[in-house]
Amino acid sequence: MTALTLTNVHKSFGTVDVLKDINIDVEEGEFVVFVGPSGCGKSTLLRTIAGLDDVTSGEVRIGDTKVNQTPPSKRGIAMVFQSYALYPHLNVRNNMTLALKQARESKQVIEQRLAEASRMLSLEDYLDRYPSELSGGQRQRVAIGRAIVRHPKLFLFDEPLSNLDAALRMNTRLEIANLHQTLGATMIYVTHDQTEAMTLADKIVVLRDGRVEQVGSPMELYNNPANQFVAGFLGSPAMNFLPAKLLQDGDRNTLGVRPEDLFFDNDGPLEITTQHVEHLGGDTNVIATCQGHPITLRLFGQQTVTVGATRRVGILPGRSYFFDTDGIRIN
Amino acid sequence: MNSARSNPINAALMHGALILYTLIALFPVFVILINSFKSRKKIFREPLALPDAESFSLVGYQTVMKQGDFFLYFQNSFIVTVGSLTLILLLGAMAAFALSEYRFRGNMLMGLYLALGIMIPIRIGTVAILEMMVATGLVNTLWALILVYTAQGLPLAVFILSEFMRQVSDDLKNAGRIDGLSEYAIFFKLVLPLVRPAMATVAVFNMIPIWNDLWFPLILAPAEETKTLTLGSQVFIGQFVTDWNAVLSALSMAILPVLILYVIFSRQLIRGITSGAVK
Repeated sequence: MTALTLTNVHKSFGTVDVLKDINIDVEEGEFVVFVGPSGCGKSTLLRTIAGLDDVTSGEVRIGDTKVNQTPPSKRGIAMVFQSYALYPHLNVRNNMTLALKQARESKQVIEQRLAEASRMLSLEDYLDRYPSELSGGQRQRVAIGRAIVRHPKLFLFDEPLSNLDAALRMNTRLEIANLHQTLGATMIYVTHDQTEAMTLADKIVVLRDGRVEQVGSPMELYNNPANQFVAGFLGSPAMNFLPAKLLQDGDRNTLGVRPEDLFFDNDGPLEITTQHVEHLGGDTNVIATCQGHPITLRLFGQQTVTVGATRRVGILPGRSYFFDTDGIRIN
Repeated sequence: MNSARSNPINAALMHGALILYTLIALFPVFVILINSFKSRKKIFREPLALPDAESFSLVGYQTVMKQGDFFLYFQNSFIVTVGSLTLILLLGAMAAFALSEYRFRGNMLMGLYLALGIMIPIRIGTVAILEMMVATGLVNTLWALILVYTAQGLPLAVFILSEFMRQVSDDLKNAGRIDGLSEYAIFFKLVLPLVRPAMATVAVFNMIPIWNDLWFPLILAPAEETKTLTLGSQVFIGQFVTDWNAVLSALSMAILPVLILYVIFSRQLIRGITSGAVK
């Protein structure tokens, strides 16, 4: 069953069009990630789903119901904010149960849901603390707990990990993935971090300038990008883009190669000058120039590479992508 | 303070300046207080001497208690001050919330219009106000004073509070909306507790001028049963004879309530509860 349907959604603030003709279907139980650079409209899109912003035209359906005119609290959604947005004057218990109290649930239900959520997030020991007495990670867990207790049809996450440090970010990412498995709920997650998108999503929606660039599973998008933007946005280090004329004279298209598909080969078609080597332990990244164009190689394992040397480089067969002058992929 | 950053000479100078200022500010109050306990002769002979066994006298307080209905004046002042402050804070905060939270046509203009009152002294309109009060039959009621002081305090209140409310995180308000809080609940339960220090500032700024005002009570409510403390004290000041004992005693007593209110509000000024709300 479809959990969320967006049909021809437009949103403009005055004369500025923020969202242009968005069409997205989200299936029940799916984990969908909206990803894109800042200012691409992904947060606005999430806010229109939540009902915090109205759409200018188009239709938002949650389940079978059109919700264009429904207030946020009646849409059956829960949202986790980047800044946590915990109520500072309420303790953890009251933060998590406020929505249920507003909905006039019975005491029994409230207690039971609170117990369930706090067990899931190991928050039992913190229920009587105030937000100011919690660490960043704990605050984020409370914010997630506040969403869980409502048993929403749709979870909305607005860059929930941006305020956490790297180690905590990875842990919380795993927790969210686990949560998705345990609850089996439909989740929509907004981020500008392609790693989060790749690791969490069942389906990624890549947005740019208020438009959907491509929709698909992480590997589909990685292996089969529809255009140069999607190709360059997903993957780290990012895909290399070189003029195709380096391979073939007179070709005006752009060649795209992922860093891991390049290897040193004395008969290779490209000649590079190494500039810098990053030893990551598991991988070695070689940053170089190829006739003035920046290029990155990702070599497996620990490799010794001389800086400033000129080497020839080959491309794994079938792993080059070509894009026309408008950035559209050519097969 | 960090000992590496504090310099004893700087600290001494800073504290010296603050102590000096405190002394200057407290001196008149101190003089009023000690002289209110002295006999009339001693007030004029040695105004700075502390009351001793010989000069001690409660005659001023006795006069104040006997003449006029001093407790009624007290009560009037208190009702007017608290009533006006309540209205200023409530209405000012609501207007500020609307201006800072909602996008509507004329938002900017409305904000400017409301702020205009800061620059125009309300006393310019005294005659018109008096005419209005006569027409509505509010002359010689405490309501006349409460309404005028509310009008006088609102512009600054709206201006200060809307600035503070803009700083309250949008995410917090949106979280409230998703949790099913009404706009009123968001205002009273989320936003007001967070701008409490600003509310206290507004309250303190408004309280003292209202308590001390002589102008409007004299014009709008000079009747015996609506006299405020400041106006009531004027009976002791005559064109030819002034009963200084009584004036000083009345003033000493007038300081107390306003001091208590100030202590209540200033505690709020110091308390910051926003920490931990958002990162």
